[in-house]
Amino acid sequence: MNSALNPGMAPVATPFFFYLLAGLAIMGGILVITRSNAVHSALSLIVTLLSVAGLYLMLYAPFVAGVQIIVYAGGIMVLFLFVIMLVNVERASKDRRFNRIWPIGLVAACTLMGLFVSAFVKGSRINDMFRDRGMLLPESSNTQQVASLLYGEVDRMGRYTLGQYTFAFEIASLLLLVAILGAVIMTKKKI
Amino acid sequence: MVPVTTLHYLVVAAALFVLGVIGVLTRRNVVIVLMSIELILNAVNLNLVAFSHMWGNLHGQLFAIFVTVDAAAEAAVGLGILIAFFRNKETINVDEIDLLKW
Amino acid sequence: MPNFIMSYLGSTLTPGEAGNQFWALVYVLVIFAGVSVAVIAMNWIERKALAHFQIRLGPMRVGPHGLLQPFADALKLMLKEDIIPSEADQFVFWVAPLIGLLAAFTVYTVIPFGPSQAVSDMNIGILFMLGVSSLGVLGIVVAGWASNSNYPLIGALRSSAQMVSYEVAMGLAVVSAILMTSLNSTGTGTLSMIGIVQAQQQQGVWFIFKFFPLGFIAFAIFAIAMVAETNRAPFDMAEAESELTAGYHTEYSGFRWSLFMLSEYAAMIAVSSIAVTLWLGGWMRPFPNLLHAPAWEFVFSLFPALTFGGLAAIAFIGTVRMPSHSFFKIQRIGLAVFGALLGLVALLLLLIAIAGHSADETLASRFKESIGHVYWFVLKVAVFMYLFIWYRATWPRYRFDQLMKIGWKVMLPISLGVLMITAIVGVIFS
Repeated sequence: MNSALNPGMAPVATPFFFYLLAGLAIMGGILVITRSNAVHSALSLIVTLLSVAGLYLMLYAPFVAGVQIIVYAGGIMVLFLFVIMLVNVERASKDRRFNRIWPIGLVAACTLMGLFVSAFVKGSRINDMFRDRGMLLPESSNTQQVASLLYGEVDRMGRYTLGQYTFAFEIASLLLLVAILGAVIMTKKKI
Repeated sequence: MVPVTTLHYLVVAAALFVLGVIGVLTRRNVVIVLMSIELILNAVNLNLVAFSHMWGNLHGQLFAIFVTVDAAAEAAVGLGILIAFFRNKETINVDEIDLLKW
Repeated sequence: MPNFIMSYLGSTLTPGEAGNQFWALVYVLVIFAGVSVAVIAMNWIERKALAHFQIRLGPMRVGPHGLLQPFADALKLMLKEDIIPSEADQFVFWVAPLIGLLAAFTVYTVIPFGPSQAVSDMNIGILFMLGVSSLGVLGIVVAGWASNSNYPLIGALRSSAQMVSYEVAMGLAVVSAILMTSLNSTGTGTLSMIGIVQAQQQQGVWFIFKFFPLGFIAFAIFAIAMVAETNRAPFDMAEAESELTAGYHTEYSGFRWSLFMLSEYAAMIAVSSIAVTLWLGGWMRPFPNLLHAPAWEFVFSLFPALTFGGLAAIAFIGTVRMPSHSFFKIQRIGLAVFGALLGLVALLLLLIAIAGHSADETLASRFKESIGHVYWFVLKVAVFMYLFIWYRATWPRYRFDQLMKIGWKVMLPISLGVLMITAIVGVIFS
């Protein structure tokens, strides 16, 4: 069985993989919003989703990474590709890509980015909150704490889901039921 | 090299969020708008999981799973609306979907 | 050097866990080579077995009894002209077989061949397997669309709809197997593949026989769903040669087509390994608790040698029965050499089994154990491979609407029911 100290789940060479995965994610994001061909956008989004799953693995969240791959990359993106193939009119990829008011959208997004940057700068300068409670890297010498982060992850998630967050879990399943019914009814030709 | 802190992950999440917002605001193809919304939701998830690791508990990760479930439901319904619309008007550009009743 | 190998063989951690990159790389290369050899062997066995089912002989010319036919096929496919339709999307056309191949081969990272012989035993092994095998659907969808032609598009959409439908039933069957791992003294189960086999070891029963017939029904659902997942008969509507030209790989020729075939066979072996690990006790030999005396251990450790000896005997019988004509001289020599090689392997395994018979931890006994684990695992997977071929030879294929009806209206309710009843029975009996 796995030993309590399970270094196999811990990432190695953390900065290298972080920059690689973050770069892939952002490159994928840029390609999503700039490609004229919808299938290329979908494939870039898959690259982004898989990179984000890798980032979750680096953040000691294997269950969330697994759920991300199964639900997002394996489910939602297949759905997107189906719909793209169903509605793919040939002239769509030769249309204008961006709408007529795109400068306004860009300015709004840059304002949002400025807001984020100011929040980060203020947060790390005044409170030093991000650096104080830093991240527990697997290369740290505090092996007990590293081990405590790795052991029994899915077990604890299950206990939370069916214990403290039961209500949210049930509401989520109701939401999925409503979504299934809605999608089926909306795409029927005769109700 | 600077060790990778929470701030690094938040910056990546913010970049993805802004890219998603640009996609929603500027693209004409409805499917790509929906994909940008998925980008936004992923950025939010990354933020949640990064903070969950910073504080050392699992609440953020659980919230991220519920956000994923929500994103799946919303993608399904959004694409259903798109298909229903496409049957009527044969277009997938948001510019041309501008009539309340025809 | 023997110390180095001993220190590895005696460890209780997988290379991924121990952070041992060298052995992990060795594992990855061995798995890649092993899967390729298995795919080549599968190709030959499929053609010969299908032929014998249909009362004909199959390939007989290329090597003795057609043994070199897969190599000839591979050579032909590599030398064929690479045709890309002019209207096809070049980049996507190129990348589509790779997605399927990556998805099929990445599953092997979590498959255990022994108590510590997996590339990396993750805590979420099963979840990883389910996720990565659902990435294979993307390869098919994209391949069908990139061909820019009607038959591949329809074939791809049908094939991916089928795969997505049966993934649900497969996942629920897997969950009911995972549920059974938590019926131990501590009450916590595990998602790691090595943990699942060890749970079967601790509970003393293979999960297929646990709470009979619940384990068996869950296994049957997984077995049917895995045939549908890999687009094999009787669920091969999408690539049926008579109905749809060739489905999603119509426009692919030469090496690209062989990549699709490689990914299909690799996916078959991967899901069979998952079924073996979850329900059939993985690497454990039959009756580990009932027949645990050292004499029985010795008898069971002779099985690898006996199997290879049997194969060598079949090769020699084939040599004797070959017609004594000058045209067959070289085939005769080839088959005799092949039989001799198999006999040498059998002799080597026999020596290891006899030398490692002592109870203490020598190099030979460690080898004997590891070989035993790998042998039983591969034997069980080989049974599944033969079943795949048997299904293809025997059953007609389902129509597409029948297929979807079975996936959603029959398999899903049954797997949900099995899950619920397993949970109830598990709580009552523990």
